[in-house]
Amino acid sequence: MENNVVLTARGITMTFPGVKALDNVDFTLRKGEIHALMGENGAGKSTLIKCLTGINDFEAGEIHIDGIEGPVKNHSTRDAQNVGISTVYQEVNLCPNLSVAENLFIGREPLTKLHTVDRASYNKRSQKIMDDLGIEIDVTQNLENYSLAIQQMVAIARAVDMDCKVLILDEPTSSLDDEEVEKLFVLMKRLRDQGVGIVFVTHFLEQVYAVCDRITVLRNGTFVGEYPIAELPRVKLVAAMMGKDLNDLDAIEKEQIDLEKSEVVIDASSLTHTGTVKPFDLKIHKGEVIGVGGLLGSGRSELARVIYGADKASAGKLKVKGKDVKINQPIDAMNLGMGMLPDDRKAEGIIGDLSIRENIILAVQAKRGMMKPIPMKKQEELADYYIDLLSIKCPSREAKINQLSGGNQQKVILARWLATDADFLILDEPTRGIDVGTKSEIQKLVVDLAKEGKSIMFISSEISEMLRTCNRMVIMRDGEKVEELDKDLTQESVMAAIAGGDKAHE
Amino acid sequence: MNNKKSFWQKVKSWPLLLPVVCLLLVMAVNIIYDASIGNNPFSFFKITLQTTTGNGTILYGRIIDILNRGSEAAILALGMTLVVSSSAGTDISVGSVMSLSASVCCMLLAGYGVTSTSELAVPLVVGLLGALLIGCLCGAFNGFLVAHLKIQPMVATLILFTAARAIGLLVCNDMIVYVRNDSFGFFGSFLGPIPTPIIITVICVLILGTVLKKTALGTYIQSVGINPKASRIAGLNSKTIIFLTYVLCGLFAAVAGIMQSSRITSADSNNIGLYMELDAILAVALGGNSLGGGKFNLAGSIIGAYTIQAITTTLYALGVSTSQAPVYKAVIVIIIVAIQAPPVQAYFRKKSAAKNAVKEVA
Repeated sequence: MENNVVLTARGITMTFPGVKALDNVDFTLRKGEIHALMGENGAGKSTLIKCLTGINDFEAGEIHIDGIEGPVKNHSTRDAQNVGISTVYQEVNLCPNLSVAENLFIGREPLTKLHTVDRASYNKRSQKIMDDLGIEIDVTQNLENYSLAIQQMVAIARAVDMDCKVLILDEPTSSLDDEEVEKLFVLMKRLRDQGVGIVFVTHFLEQVYAVCDRITVLRNGTFVGEYPIAELPRVKLVAAMMGKDLNDLDAIEKEQIDLEKSEVVIDASSLTHTGTVKPFDLKIHKGEVIGVGGLLGSGRSELARVIYGADKASAGKLKVKGKDVKINQPIDAMNLGMGMLPDDRKAEGIIGDLSIRENIILAVQAKRGMMKPIPMKKQEELADYYIDLLSIKCPSREAKINQLSGGNQQKVILARWLATDADFLILDEPTRGIDVGTKSEIQKLVVDLAKEGKSIMFISSEISEMLRTCNRMVIMRDGEKVEELDKDLTQESVMAAIAGGDKAHE
Repeated sequence: MNNKKSFWQKVKSWPLLLPVVCLLLVMAVNIIYDASIGNNPFSFFKITLQTTTGNGTILYGRIIDILNRGSEAAILALGMTLVVSSSAGTDISVGSVMSLSASVCCMLLAGYGVTSTSELAVPLVVGLLGALLIGCLCGAFNGFLVAHLKIQPMVATLILFTAARAIGLLVCNDMIVYVRNDSFGFFGSFLGPIPTPIIITVICVLILGTVLKKTALGTYIQSVGINPKASRIAGLNSKTIIFLTYVLCGLFAAVAGIMQSSRITSADSNNIGLYMELDAILAVALGGNSLGGGKFNLAGSIIGAYTIQAITTTLYALGVSTSQAPVYKAVIVIIIVAIQAPPVQAYFRKKSAAKNAVKEVA
């Protein structure tokens, strides 16, 4: 073993029914480095991490850890923690109904002399941990009271607090906004300087170049190579991941539409949902892609949810194609030609134990009504069509959706809504957790749908992505619609609008 | 590698494999026992025609007995499967609802306050419909508590578990009401040579099977059971679907209640459907269905129900006394449930995977 190496994995091989997930993969992590693990959806990044942390039982290969004799084989995350490997996963895996402090210390609660749980002590320690990380929250509150972003930070704080040698971050930034990402990076760099080896999995190329020292690339379950960051510029990285050259910044031709002339599809006036969105007016036209920007928790998802009826509007009026409508629940909105891809895939998107086919046809079926089932042959055609269209990687259309990688699950949910042929489609973070190549395909798809005369509401944390696809943007701040931008859409103008007049460019 | 699945792989991935194997195991016990005492080893499967004084020529045999006696559990298991799938909870009131339905049926047929009659006070169909209606109402009550008030299924159905039997007694004026009338007794006796309960069960299974096949109800129920939030966003009305499964469960409980009271031509509130909810839940579990909701397999539950009855009948055939039977039953159930438990399954899978790997190398 090299001197400063903290973890090596050699020849890791693992198969799932019908898929070879990892084939003879090597990975080396050194002390005090941030090491990016890159690859497209289904390349085997998550699988490799699960092998390191004892969730997956790999068939061949060895893992060595600094300071431990012989190969290490973890059988549970607890084993992994004992040898110094801590992980924060893509989706928050904490207990929402416990307090932040309880979540931080679950399974290792400090005890009093009487061997009862020492609440006072761990509340105090938790508060200190969070304060040190610059996260201002009350640790005695239940975790579910905080945004997904905060929950993610708590998960990271928990891992960090467990004296780890190896910290694995599996897509930790996919639910954080820019400011929070910055905070996380500061923290990651501090840990690196303390000698922790950090494995960083992300789809955001900019973030890789912002913090990482080294990159390992996987493709289709095989090891492509390990590179110091300086030797692998962006274009080469994308090429290594995809196995071909790709200009991921292909210009997308947007249709220019005349707002005065085109039909108004959605017309909301003083629509509101108490507690999440303040009353707003909004007109959405036929054939338009409207972006909703704002920080996480600014009410950008909530704005969409009120229109769709996922949260029932508490006041205000909504007109769809000129007619006054009342939407009590999502199916009402669907019958008016709407569709919504929610941002929280795990909680509101996938039906885990059902097959890919069933997940795709679900919304179409719901629209047809229970008494009119879709004939099996038609279901299979639909499923095959979208598996092909969105190049969903799966063993078969009858495989359970929870066997797929996160990005592929997202594509299945996207297929569900494309299949309904909705006139007005809300896409909340449609490209989260999706690889670069597919990302630009989805963006093109959105623009194409708009050309066909559909209206799209596009919500994303990535401003560049919205700039490429949207005709117009709505900016949200603190639950309030603060601005509408239609001309002069640039990174700067959008950023300035999101930040607001008083605190623009600190 | 060969792309087509071999016969064995198909068998291995068949969801009903374990429930069927368990049922076959119970049958095997019968064969071994019969052989050991010198009987015809296959007397378990023997079905003969016998002439009786009351019912004319009827089918007779242990299999027939199991199918006949297992009818109530099988019918309850149908409704229970749906409830478990949609709400990840069990309806523990079905036994009591059976009793209440039977009481309402007999009270209507005999007239309020009459304890014994051979003449029907109202047309038979009124009594039956009354019973079915009360079953649906009970189901609707449970469904409302679970779906709309979000009360945990076990707690919500505990109310009728306790109350329904007592309401039944109230309806019957605290008496056992006897309806000694052939047209009512028909549901617990014979149609030609075949026991009527078997026919009723087949009809119930066919109706529910057709509904599940011809509508999207099955997908809806599973979808809501797996992820109610996502189902709502995708346009399903989770509350209505959960509500519906409880109503169906109540309806099936009423059918089972009519059947059992017809067998004894009376409404014995204290004994009809006693502990039947446990058999129904066990049937669902034996059928390989997760009590955590989601995916369900109706055929599995039905096989589960008959497996329970087969165990009981086998124990009696083996000469185990009625009072000791539950002990043996418990032992057998432990074995069956353990075989299907995830860790045991994982162990067997690993073993066979290792075997396959060796084969591939060779």
